Amino acid sequence: MTTRPMTFVQASAAALEEALAIDPTVVMFGEDMADDTGGGVFGVSAGLSTKYGDRVRSTPISEQAIMGAAVGAAVAGLRPVVEIMLMNFMGIAMDQFVNHASKLRFMSGGQTPVPLTVRTATGAGFQQAAQHSDMLEAWFGHVAGCKVVTASNPADAKGLLLSCIFDDDPCIFIENTLLYFGPGAVPGEAPPPGHRVPLGKANVVREGSDVTVVSYGRQVIDAITVVDRLAEEGLSVELIDLRTIMPFDERTVLESVAKTKRAVVVHEAVKRCGVGAEVSSRIHEELFGELAKPVLRVGARTSPVPYSAVLEQAYLPQAPQIEAAIRAVTA
Amino acid sequence: MTAPATDPQVLNRIYELAARIRLCDERVIKMLTGGEMAIIYYPVTGQEVLAAASGAVLRADDYVVTTYRGMHDQVAKGMPFGPLFAEYMGRVSGACKGKGGPMHITYPELGIMVTSGIVGGGLPIANGLGWAAQLLGQDRVTVVNFGDGAANIGAFHEALNLAALWDLPVVFLCQNNRYAEHTSYARSQRNEQVAPRAEGYGMAGVTVDGNDAAAIYSVLAEAVAKARRGEGPTLVEAMTYRFNGHYFGDPQEYMPTEEKKAAKAADPVKALRRKLIDEGHANEEDLAALEARIRAELDEAVAAAKAAPMPDLAELYTDVYAEELAS
Ligand SMILES: Cc1ncc(C[n+]2csc(CCOP(=O)(O)OP(=O)(O)O)c2C)c(N)n1
Ligand SMILES: [Mg+2]
Repeated sequence: MTTRPMTFVQASAAALEEALAIDPTVVMFGEDMADDTGGGVFGVSAGLSTKYGDRVRSTPISEQAIMGAAVGAAVAGLRPVVEIMLMNFMGIAMDQFVNHASKLRFMSGGQTPVPLTVRTATGAGFQQAAQHSDMLEAWFGHVAGCKVVTASNPADAKGLLLSCIFDDDPCIFIENTLLYFGPGAVPGEAPPPGHRVPLGKANVVREGSDVTVVSYGRQVIDAITVVDRLAEEGLSVELIDLRTIMPFDERTVLESVAKTKRAVVVHEAVKRCGVGAEVSSRIHEELFGELAKPVLRVGARTSPVPYSAVLEQAYLPQAPQIEAAIRAVTA
Repeated sequence: MTAPATDPQVLNRIYELAARIRLCDERVIKMLTGGEMAIIYYPVTGQEVLAAASGAVLRADDYVVTTYRGMHDQVAKGMPFGPLFAEYMGRVSGACKGKGGPMHITYPELGIMVTSGIVGGGLPIANGLGWAAQLLGQDRVTVVNFGDGAANIGAFHEALNLAALWDLPVVFLCQNNRYAEHTSYARSQRNEQVAPRAEGYGMAGVTVDGNDAAAIYSVLAEAVAKARRGEGPTLVEAMTYRFNGHYFGDPQEYMPTEEKKAAKAADPVKALRRKLIDEGHANEEDLAALEARIRAELDEAVAAAKAAPMPDLAELYTDVYAEELAS
């Protein structure tokens, strides 16, 4: 099989194109998405409105109206894929996403499922400060009824985004802008058409026996560097990429930690009340007696994302902290 | 009392503020082009005069709320260049200690209260500033600046309704530069103008040429005076144009070349300068001297910002709460 390199932006674009091509109920809208308005601020939807016409639309700056229209369209049987340009702007769409999209299936006793997908970009590291960089996955992880998904590489991005679009529940798919354009933006191999990555299933990126590292998104890239270096020292680290952040693949995580007896959870979001707290808690609840050390968490400092580059770099969890945590639980 | 818009002193004052904005904008762009600074900048080029008029109308104790594209509003309100550039460069001497950055410039001592990166985020906040003034018996006025695109977000509707209902001393200044990111005004709503929407809230609404110093000054002076008298809010729609796209470096393919050319040919800062000279309100030498002084001020601000230290890492743990967080 021939493969070609594919960036994160291209991978998301390929997933959108494939979804539009195979299912006429797939529709897309968001700010600046159509070609006469630039094809999306990050260019992910470039070309799609030209090819698929009215099924791909630009909207005014109206996140509440965007999300609400997606809810209605989903209830009426379409599969809307909306773009909320940056994750912080979910603040404006919150009522429609949390109180409506995530709960209508339950509140109606199963009569009105809401198969919509939100694509939203975010991530610190570009000096975009406190209103344009937050990782807010924990907000949504706390809400029963929606699925929270992110990818650490282009192939997963394509496969996971397609799975979100064709999932029958509301999904929020987080795209990291640093993986789009930053140092982690290495192209991966383009998966074949039809490639899907199932939701709810984690990926064991490196097998190991001494300690388990659980992560997702951009921090998987950082963790791979650390884990591979430690392997040279003879430390065998099992690295798990959750892919679906919530509800997460407890089975893969618990089986791994049952084997290694040690775990570190790593994410970019603020450590306090982050997803790491839930993952760590589940490990303690199930494996308390078997753990060699308490589970450690690595996440951002408890601060809004700062502007100044020196502060922003200190805010973010970095490879040295991941390494230190791994050393601490294996000491 | 505000002086009439035809008063040469008023026009000279507007020009001085507009020149400060234009030269500051030019300096930022020069630094970005030359690699002296690497920030994402939302240029205000083309929108200087309306902001300058607002600065000429307002008192030091009046409040201003603005957006990521807010340098003109801040400088018009008196924002000194020193802490502005230091903030842009992430220095501890910046207006916000390097924590907020260009999108969140704040300078309460001159009434620059909130600068938001969230479209429409400032409008409801302006009502709170206005209500506080009303309740505290102060006659200060709040001007909240936002774009044409922001008129389509729910916060706009909610804020205008509440301001009208409570007779708040707020002026809603919609800077209609005809684009919201890459989407043209015409692509965003059916109405040709934003101001007529005011009527739906029981509020006065005026559309005015924001690039005509005397015209925008008169409208703002009246709206501010009315708010100060306790007679409630006004929606002012100032027509203008963005010369340099959404962000600096924007390829601007979506902006028709002819339209851009026409806008630049009618450059409001140059037009005002010409008018002052033609009508005998100023002479070339005086204006050149003024501009040289502003440039020197900018040189000094940039040099000071460059020499200033970066914030200490401990700053991550301060200003998060009133008390310091344990690191
Ligand atoms: C709630 C929200 N949605 C989207 C954005 C992204 N965004 C930043 S500026 C902008 C366009 C705003 O246009 P307008 O209100 O006309 O102001 P202008 O930039 O023209 O000054 C958009 C969509 C944002 N910052 N906040
Ligand atoms: Mg605009």
